[in-house]
Amino acid sequence: MSTFSPLQQAQQQLFEPAGITDSQLDKVFSHMQGADLADLYFQSTRFESWGMEEGIIKNGTYSIEQGVGVRMVVGEQTGFAYSDEITFDALTASAKAAAGIGKAGQTGKVKAWQAKEATKINPLYVADNPLAALSEDEKIALLNLADKEARAASPYVTQVMANIAGVHEHILIADIDGNLNADIRPLVRMNITVIVEKDGKRESAGTGGGGRYGFDYFTQADRVRDYANEAVRLALVNLDAVAAPAGSQTVVLGSGWPGILLHEAIGHGLEGDFNRKGTSAFSGRVGETVAAKGVTVVDDGTIENRRGSLSIDDEGTPTNCTTLIENGVLKGYMQDKLNARLMGEQSTGNGRRESYAHLPMPRMTNTYMLPGNDDPEEIIASVKDGLYAVNFGGGQVDITSGKFVFSASEAYLIENGKVTKPVKGATLIGNGPDVLTRVSMIGNDLELDAGVGVCGKAGQSVPVGVGQPTLKIDGLTVGGTEA
Amino acid sequence: MNASEIKIANNEMREVSEQVLKLAKKYGAANAELSLNRGAGLSVEIHKSQVDKLEYNRDQGLSLTVYMGKNGKNQGSATTGDLSSQAIEDTVKAACNIAKFTGEDKYTGLADADMMLSDSVNSDDLDLYHPWDLTAEQAIEITRECEAAALGFDKRIINSDGASISTYSGIGLIANTNGFTGIMPSSRHSLSCSVIGQKDGDETATNDMQRDYWYSSTRVRAELESPEVVGIKSAERTLARLGGEKISTRKANVLYSPEMSRSIIGHFTSAIGGGSQYRKSTYLLDCVDEKVFPDFIHLHEQPHIKQAFGSSYFDKEGVATSNRDLVVDGVVQNYIMGSYSARQLGLKSTANSGGTHNLTLDSTGQSFEELLKMLGTGFYVTELIGSGINGITGDYSRGAAGFWVENGEIKFPVEEVTVAGNLKDMLQNIVAVGTDVDLRGGTRTGSILIEGMTIAGA
Repeated sequence: MSTFSPLQQAQQQLFEPAGITDSQLDKVFSHMQGADLADLYFQSTRFESWGMEEGIIKNGTYSIEQGVGVRMVVGEQTGFAYSDEITFDALTASAKAAAGIGKAGQTGKVKAWQAKEATKINPLYVADNPLAALSEDEKIALLNLADKEARAASPYVTQVMANIAGVHEHILIADIDGNLNADIRPLVRMNITVIVEKDGKRESAGTGGGGRYGFDYFTQADRVRDYANEAVRLALVNLDAVAAPAGSQTVVLGSGWPGILLHEAIGHGLEGDFNRKGTSAFSGRVGETVAAKGVTVVDDGTIENRRGSLSIDDEGTPTNCTTLIENGVLKGYMQDKLNARLMGEQSTGNGRRESYAHLPMPRMTNTYMLPGNDDPEEIIASVKDGLYAVNFGGGQVDITSGKFVFSASEAYLIENGKVTKPVKGATLIGNGPDVLTRVSMIGNDLELDAGVGVCGKAGQSVPVGVGQPTLKIDGLTVGGTEA
Repeated sequence: MNASEIKIANNEMREVSEQVLKLAKKYGAANAELSLNRGAGLSVEIHKSQVDKLEYNRDQGLSLTVYMGKNGKNQGSATTGDLSSQAIEDTVKAACNIAKFTGEDKYTGLADADMMLSDSVNSDDLDLYHPWDLTAEQAIEITRECEAAALGFDKRIINSDGASISTYSGIGLIANTNGFTGIMPSSRHSLSCSVIGQKDGDETATNDMQRDYWYSSTRVRAELESPEVVGIKSAERTLARLGGEKISTRKANVLYSPEMSRSIIGHFTSAIGGGSQYRKSTYLLDCVDEKVFPDFIHLHEQPHIKQAFGSSYFDKEGVATSNRDLVVDGVVQNYIMGSYSARQLGLKSTANSGGTHNLTLDSTGQSFEELLKMLGTGFYVTELIGSGINGITGDYSRGAAGFWVENGEIKFPVEEVTVAGNLKDMLQNIVAVGTDVDLRGGTRTGSILIEGMTIAGA
């Protein structure tokens, strides 16, 4: 453990090499007078990944990125420029460019910039370098173990591909009001993909996990073996899959990763920017019933070590557990500073950005539904004819029409209350504002995903988490081929 | 980046490239290859005539791969956005350090020296670089005009989802220790508009809203569609979607718009990608000389079309590109390979490290109107969402929106349905390819009509 605070460490990493001082920051901010909001986002990132295929460690990559993004907001307008050099000259040039937005709104009054006393932040992860938690040989041993375990799991395995990746990120946010906040973020991920072949049929499946830990997370609790076994199990199940049904079905969604339903169906539609602009199917609907009784959905960035968690967001606001839907009623939106201010609300700590070269916007962290009282087995037993979907690939949503999809990668028929044949992957499609009104049973088995989720919005990717208990939905369109 | 900045960048990047390759050798690499890029741009997005975002972009990066070990077959990579000499040295060391831990892979390494492009061609001949010294004021004016054309088009257009313009120009360099250096300056300009309609024209209603968009994207500023045209097309497309219905589950023939047809070609090209072939992770395994399409399907790659987005004289490994046929009379001619997957398969690189360079699917001669008549009664798909494709089995299931067509006429908009089938069958069941080609991407195709798909709805 380092004896320096995250702020001190971030200053050492980001300010000291270029000798950035308070008086320089004062000069930089002086170019952005009249701003409703102005900030400098300093970031340095160390990324490392290793890949294995055909039993050989085929490649590894190391990457070093750093830079600063300068933003000035006047009213609804944002000016933005960035530089991959952290120097006083580069900051000045970026500030002048970003200030191009504010020409009309400039005021003459200049007050000297001075760092305020840092607010106390409760870190949700350790600041230690996650990449250094294992030696190179130990990282490679993890990948070799993945290969061995997957091949041992079934004689039908023909290919094993495994990858580990880790990021160590220092961020420092200085705003025009003198706030200086820092965060040091670890993030690691492992993915295993297998191909199986049996009787001339081939299938593939992938699994993985991770979170805001060091690489040593994967040496614990037989994680690699579990990922490998799960990938092989999934691929073998799909070898025997029959055609999926087409049309409206009663659908039981498993716990955990199927929570991608919430992310697509309601999560994006409740991001502040779409609602401020009135472009979301949920715009202006706070207080309305948008889900069945008993449905409560939160976005929670405060869970220790989760992939979607952040001690502070990318605007320096501590993250929260924000209630989106409470007992079926829409409670509120996820906000960053800009949209919160324009809507007369407070930031919920959801201002996130892919990097210094991107603008922040309201984004999800870990989005999940709270558990209900139903026994998952009873939920399945209550279905005469339907689909039990337990694993998913990606999803997508049209914010304005509310139509969303998510694609099942492991699903079974339910016949007379029993889970029977596996069916081929199929896309499920629904309408965000009303799909949750058809939730008729909520399991008592809340689970969060394993920690590999990535969310894309307006060309920016950020790590996120999802979760839910087992859910029964009366009527969701299943896009199979068996009409 | 203007012409003089490009010239400076060209010289500086050549120097950096030589320095990096020299350092790689110094730290023990048998061989090395790199890509360098530098670029700058401006983008403006407006919402209801107010500037929403004004962004200045300036990027640079180095990506290096080294080959080490006693046979030069242990690979390591590193990238950096910082091109100071210290960062460059750190990056080279990082790549070489990684290569000490990777395993020997007999297929890895530079592309074969005799396949590399000779120095005699000049990328300027491809005419890809046409910078635009667009000012923020001009950008705001153009986007305002574009959005105003959309918002004023019909009272049922109740809101804007933004109009935006962007211009970017830069230079890319590829080099390796076989002596190859290729440099390519290029530019790209885009104008787009997205608006929201409501069927009663009620600004306060949040139900029944639909959004659609249109964009124009070119290498040459003068070729961009006018702001008014882009705005009006976005409004027309949004209006056409109002009152969308979910139809009942059924089997139907499906006509994909040119923009959506591009994805069908994408599902084919990824299936014949060298990586999918050697891993046996494709629904079209060992398909060279196999007839996977009907007789009338021809697909070509033309890497040297002037001003096209996919044009290049060389691929990411420096291998010379040339015109070639991927599919003739429905029969697959060859895979899409860089040198790595080619060696795995015992074949030669097809100059596709990094992707394809301008694919064209030949039309079967029908206009869009004629295709609607051929469709008769069926589903005309104009939007696909989600990624329900299984590349190893070819199973296909995606969310879709579009229009129901009866007797060759568009009847009503359709939403919240899926289209499903198996790609192997879908490729065989293509019955026509339209003349209504969309030129905005690296793959050029008209509308594609496919028989016998499943639509899941109510």
